[in-house]
Amino acid sequence: MKGSKSRNILPGFGLSLGFTLFYLSVIVLIPLAAVFFRTAELSWSEFWSTVTSARVIASYKVSFLTSFFAGFINAVFGLLIAWVLVRYRFPGKKLIDSLVDLPFALPTAVAGIALTAIYAPNGWIGSLLEPLGVKVAYSPIGITIALIFIGLPFVVRTVQPVLQDMEKETEEAAVMLGAYRLRTFWKVVLPELAPALLTGFALAFARGIGEYGSVVFISGNMPLKTEITPLLIMTKLEQYDYAGATAIALVMLIVSFLMLLIINLLQWRMNRRTVSD
Amino acid sequence: MAGAITVHTSEETSKRPRHITESRPVQWLLIGLALLFLGFIVLLPLVSVFVEAFKKGIGVYFDSITEPDALSALRLTLIVALIAVPVNTIFGIAAAWAISKFKFRGKNILITLIDLPFAVSPVISGLIYVLLFGAQGFFGPWLDERGIQIIFAVPGMVLATVFVTVPFVARELIPLMQAQGVQEEEAAASLGAKGWQIFWKVTLPNIKWGLLYGVILCNARAMGEFGAVSVVSGHIRGETNTLPLHIEILYNEYQFSASFAVASLLVMLAVVTLIAKSIVEWKSGQQKRAHQTD
Repeated sequence: MKGSKSRNILPGFGLSLGFTLFYLSVIVLIPLAAVFFRTAELSWSEFWSTVTSARVIASYKVSFLTSFFAGFINAVFGLLIAWVLVRYRFPGKKLIDSLVDLPFALPTAVAGIALTAIYAPNGWIGSLLEPLGVKVAYSPIGITIALIFIGLPFVVRTVQPVLQDMEKETEEAAVMLGAYRLRTFWKVVLPELAPALLTGFALAFARGIGEYGSVVFISGNMPLKTEITPLLIMTKLEQYDYAGATAIALVMLIVSFLMLLIINLLQWRMNRRTVSD
Repeated sequence: MAGAITVHTSEETSKRPRHITESRPVQWLLIGLALLFLGFIVLLPLVSVFVEAFKKGIGVYFDSITEPDALSALRLTLIVALIAVPVNTIFGIAAAWAISKFKFRGKNILITLIDLPFAVSPVISGLIYVLLFGAQGFFGPWLDERGIQIIFAVPGMVLATVFVTVPFVARELIPLMQAQGVQEEEAAASLGAKGWQIFWKVTLPNIKWGLLYGVILCNARAMGEFGAVSVVSGHIRGETNTLPLHIEILYNEYQFSASFAVASLLVMLAVVTLIAKSIVEWKSGQQKRAHQTD
């Protein structure tokens, strides 16, 4: 950081920091704290039986597994897309590059109904898969596809800058030592990209666990089978079971905070690496 | 957590000597695979919205987007965004000013706290306001006595939208202003410029593209938010429905063409957002280069 010695001649520190803290407290921190206070009104056994009932456990499983698979597929194809965009030249590259951001810009409900229309048994792809006995919409596969859509930009946009800044010299050295292209990729390029790839995966995974809009339409919402945790919270709220909804929300919040911590650690390590290089 | 990360693709990295790149056929194979994946996952849903929207003809399409409930949903969407975006823009500027221009302890914790809404499930983003202002919430009885309704009404929808869009402007500006340092502002201050003068004349011109970029992304999310708004909305047609909620209601009533017609409006918003984003990226890249040659 430049010029950090004489920072105090600039005005507005008290005002800007004061406003920032006030705003964050009112909009973010106090409301989030409400989840903890509301849950604290439950006894431990009430809390535990709520968050470990069969239907809730099944929803954790659906959410975790689909987010994990979606994150994994995004890690593979996100790397491929980032690779192609950074290293090769082909017509329409700029357009393809902007297309990657579409899931960030498109409202989740729109993505949800569009994917459902495509993968439903009478949809463009769904009708092709149905004779093969593959059911995409209203099954965990459908949820995974929605989460792939939502998570893709996270991986591409995390890997892309790292791939961009990667030195040509390391690859040169590997070639000079006689390594083949594929071997260079596995032994030199991939380890270098691993932190970025892992960060991208973690971002996509974290987003997937909380995702609601794009999933509810395609999932079919069958309890114990295709019911994701956020939807279960929604259902409990609609039944005016505020205590139940809040208890499950607390479990999700803790998982989200853990993911945030892991992601921050990963990003911190990534930055340290590039700085120390 | 990432909302969006600015990437400026440089042409240089794609020019590589032959021995450290793949052969042309392999390149085309990989490009083909990447495009196929993007086509199926991203492009196909986009196209399908328009195909479904016009399935019953152009008349149904225009009726669907001009019926009173759709118009009132559009109006509410605009109102919510018109409140949430400016509020979060002011917050973003204040937070970025404090974080980038001054030294203080706990800065990293503050940055993490700003990112927090990205990590929270949209459903929980709505739930927290129900816990505070709902009928059985902490302030519920107090509000009820005074006849103020926040939950299942427009104020709750605004609050939930503000919550989910808190980080957008701030996280665009913080790295940008950190990279720019404080020399220019300090020079202005030592020449006798006052606080707001420094901001308007020195800082704002330097950050305008980054600011615009954050505002565009913030707006897209504010207009498109579904989960958080769904929790606090009363789902009353013509009153507490935004466009995404209107789409859901139509869809659940099997009015698919109408639903996709309204959805196509939001697709256009997304496309406009992406175009504006590309322009801003290009402009800010230009500004950066001009700065470097100075």
